[in-house]
Amino acid sequence: MISFSSVNVAFDGRAVLENLSLDLSEQRIGIIGWNGSGKSTFSRLVNGLQSPTSGSVTVGGLDTTKDGGKVRRKVGFVFQNPDNQIVYPIVEEDIAFGLKGLKLPKEEREERIKQIFDEYKLTHLRERLTHTLSGGEKQMVALMGVLVMRPDIIVLDEPTTLLDLRNKAKLMETVSKLPQQILMVTHDLDLLEGFDRVLMFHDGRLYQDGSPADVIKAYREISLQC
Amino acid sequence: MLTLYVPRDSWLHRLPAGFKFLTLIAVGTAIFWVPNIEVMAGVTLISCLLFASAKIPLLKLYEQLKPAFWALLIIFLAQWYLEGLEYAGYVTLRFTTLILLASLLTLTTRSDAMIAVIEKALGPFDRWISVEKVSLAFSLTFRFIPLMRSVTAEVREAQKARGLDRNLIALMIPVIIRTLKTATEVGEAVEARMVDNE
Repeated sequence: MISFSSVNVAFDGRAVLENLSLDLSEQRIGIIGWNGSGKSTFSRLVNGLQSPTSGSVTVGGLDTTKDGGKVRRKVGFVFQNPDNQIVYPIVEEDIAFGLKGLKLPKEEREERIKQIFDEYKLTHLRERLTHTLSGGEKQMVALMGVLVMRPDIIVLDEPTTLLDLRNKAKLMETVSKLPQQILMVTHDLDLLEGFDRVLMFHDGRLYQDGSPADVIKAYREISLQC
Repeated sequence: MLTLYVPRDSWLHRLPAGFKFLTLIAVGTAIFWVPNIEVMAGVTLISCLLFASAKIPLLKLYEQLKPAFWALLIIFLAQWYLEGLEYAGYVTLRFTTLILLASLLTLTTRSDAMIAVIEKALGPFDRWISVEKVSLAFSLTFRFIPLMRSVTAEVREAQKARGLDRNLIALMIPVIIRTLKTATEVGEAVEARMVDNE
């Protein structure tokens, strides 16, 4: 369970998120809103990349500000641009990177790495240089680097923005099969089909919260008015 | 030359990274005692043959030497003027061999193996420096040199489209801004992936 309690976030005195209180327990949660509406800040609060100016965010009872390291073991984060998420020059090294922090025995690390490559049928990428991968392959590697950590929750911040239609479909198929709780920030409303709940942010406030159909309808209406 | 690892099944690939490092240092030092151009030419030839025995395509050998071409040419011309043709050839071959041997190390050694060697070498200093952070800095360097190269190429192309391809400011400012933005985002990604965990 993710809980926001009276959360405010301000940058240089400017409010980015205001008075946010809610609990998130659904398996598939979409987050939408215009650019600058506060949705990315919201997603970053979930794994402690951003701390609230006031209020608190907890994940499974852990405070994201006080227990940042423990929270990040539970919450994986996939960024919009995989180029900035992939840290190592070789695919296998990058997948192994997060595991080092878990202080697992070498055998278990190797087993997990082998398993993840087998599961996603990407063993052929194992020795490839990361900068030579296609955009779709990079985003899959970024996702695998998160999945190999076996988090309980995965936050995806506009993961399909840089992908073509084929790779977008492939990534979403992969995401749809994941057993973890998913929070996905997106501008692509089609991706929210089958989601349990959608949050819409507007001017730093939670403007709508409900089923995908209702929230998307409200989003389209407000977008047409402006 | 940093992230050019070419995965192959060869004896050079299988050698431990630390051994390759030490051998490079030893050979790189010994090369300065090679007495004449004939022996030096032999050493250069052996370096080229090592590429073949490591199953590295000849194109890679050319790619390693291409960026150094002008520097080697200047060295050759300067030495020719100062010391004569034979000595110029000798010195140029020496530098060529050093470049080839160093390239051979990066082409046949994965970056994680190289970083493990760096970590081991820094081990005695772990009271004063964070070995983990230093090795992460090396990893990021290996990873982001090609990325920065592609950012520069993208910006150069965009400025060329605007007729500003000869304007250094028009190239530098967007590259610096994008580099700083990338650095921020990478820092966040590293944090999200738990390096800075407790």
